[in-house]
Amino acid sequence: MKDSTSTTALMVENRPVADFVAHAILILGVIVVAFPLWVTFVASTRTFDEIVHVPMALYPGSHLLENYGQALSSGSGRGSSAPVGTMLFNSFVVAVSIAVGKIVISILSAFAIVYFRFPLRKFFFWMIFVTLMLPVEVRIIPTFKVAADLHLLDTYPGLVLPLIASATATFLFRQFFLTIPDELVEAARIDGAGPMRFFWDVILPLSKTHIAALFVILFIYGWNQYLWPLLITGKESMYTVVIGIKRMIAGGDAFNEWNVIMATAMLALMPPALVVILMQKWFVKGLVDTEK
Amino acid sequence: MAQISLHGVAKSFGKAEVIHPTDLAIEDGHFIVIVGPSGCGKSTLLRMIAGLETATAGEIRIGGKRVNEVEPKDRNIAMVFQNYALYPHMTVYENMSYGLRIRRMPREEIRERVGRAAGILELTPYLQRKPRELSGGQRQRVAMGRAIVRQPAAFLFDEPLSNLDAKLRVQMRLEIQKLHRELRTTSVYVTHDQVEAMTLADRMVVMNAGTVEQVGAPIQVYDDPASRFVAGFIGSPSMNFLPGRRAGNDVEAGGGVRVPLPESLRASAPGSLIVGIRPEHFALGREGGIPFHLRVETIEALGADSLVHSGFEGTPVVARVDGHATPAAGEVMPFSVQPGKLYFFDADTGKRLRAPAA
Repeated sequence: MKDSTSTTALMVENRPVADFVAHAILILGVIVVAFPLWVTFVASTRTFDEIVHVPMALYPGSHLLENYGQALSSGSGRGSSAPVGTMLFNSFVVAVSIAVGKIVISILSAFAIVYFRFPLRKFFFWMIFVTLMLPVEVRIIPTFKVAADLHLLDTYPGLVLPLIASATATFLFRQFFLTIPDELVEAARIDGAGPMRFFWDVILPLSKTHIAALFVILFIYGWNQYLWPLLITGKESMYTVVIGIKRMIAGGDAFNEWNVIMATAMLALMPPALVVILMQKWFVKGLVDTEK
Repeated sequence: MAQISLHGVAKSFGKAEVIHPTDLAIEDGHFIVIVGPSGCGKSTLLRMIAGLETATAGEIRIGGKRVNEVEPKDRNIAMVFQNYALYPHMTVYENMSYGLRIRRMPREEIRERVGRAAGILELTPYLQRKPRELSGGQRQRVAMGRAIVRQPAAFLFDEPLSNLDAKLRVQMRLEIQKLHRELRTTSVYVTHDQVEAMTLADRMVVMNAGTVEQVGAPIQVYDDPASRFVAGFIGSPSMNFLPGRRAGNDVEAGGGVRVPLPESLRASAPGSLIVGIRPEHFALGREGGIPFHLRVETIEALGADSLVHSGFEGTPVVARVDGHATPAAGEVMPFSVQPGKLYFFDADTGKRLRAPAA
């Protein structure tokens, strides 16, 4: 063993060229991903005039607080003037509602499909499964009509409800429940736990890590929604931040307050990034103590 | 505590009857072991007593009360599963107390009961651990603890030791025995391991293909098997069977060996039968008994005794001999069997030949 490890170590040290190439490719990759973010950040710290001056400097300017302050409180003067603070709040409500709603609905339907025997069980499972093939975009016109008839335009329920049903999450929970041994259900039955008690006391705690993982994915999914909020919101006070950025861009290049738009983009970026970073710890914890 | 009785209990899945109508009476405080090969229906029978499966016919009574329509939780039974079925996210204490908490028992009483059970099972230091931090044997003890704290009318064990290694299995077997001596709770224990069945049972139920073949005390079943199946299943290594042909008052067992048929069986014995000989009833040498010449193939020296694997007229035969009297492989050795130690079975029905009742 000792010999083989030392030879592999030698082999790595003996190939400086390969080493260099590998690192060069990786560094290049990082630059490709990070550079636009850096430019966005730099632009958000400069004045409009500094940005349109060619070439734009690639180090941060001195107007950071000013730009972010303007974005949060009053938005862009041209284009849309809704304050980004409101939009962030809207986005947050929508993303959390979609994530929580999807998790609640899908865990319950998966629970029903796995643990209860009822007529047409297979049929309903496939019905849910088939909706996987119908993305929002395909059914967007009828959905809009329904939402409009129900007076859901420019409301949170209107933003959230049509996006809540989730075949993917249902399927994921179903697969997880199928790995829970039947004996656990039987032990609970003998212990006297009814179905909902079993759900609360056993299924839910065991699904913790799955719920956390899904929450991250679904939060980002909800946050990044574009097409549906664009259709259903008319009032500026109901804009989500993703829509807000689009609305701020009023027309020709010179017209837009790029410094404020870039500040808004940076602000829009932060919550999903934060959720990923914060929940990542949860993931790892969940992965380390697998409770199955 | 209670007695359990089955009256004509049967189970079918669609048209296939997996348990044929079965009658069984289990007395209060007895330890019953249901033993049989896998797929014989023993677990299904247990699960019907537990209420996890419904009986398609017949009646199950626990403590004299019909329970066919009663939910498992109201049958006043506790079950121990092969894979322990502990709640993985709960501590040992929470696992053991879960059933009591659901029944809204006062917290003080729960603590006392769990404490007592943990004491009996030597789990006190582990009460705050999660199941994954325990060894297999400890997990199985937690599963038993969960059953004990309920103070049920009966314990049902579904192959509880099958997931443990051999050494632990022996140890847990002794602990279950000790536990039953202390608690005296009616227990039904399902296993495919005939050693567990022999050592644990007050009474043993041998099942095969959905039917109960024999019920009795272990040693009685061993000495007096009712059928060829029971004779072959109980005892290790299993009984040797030689096909035989009736020749007057003797049985021609091949190789010119004639075995005298006991007088009591002469009237009823059919033309073709099977002679059963337990491995331990072969004696080395030809003195006093029916002589068998066996060609020794392999020898398994176990120390205290040796198993001699050999062939007799094309039928494999195992003999158990003293550990130091090892014959050499390839040799033809003389063995003898006392005529009184022979078993006779009907070759067609597999039933043991018995003297007609006087």
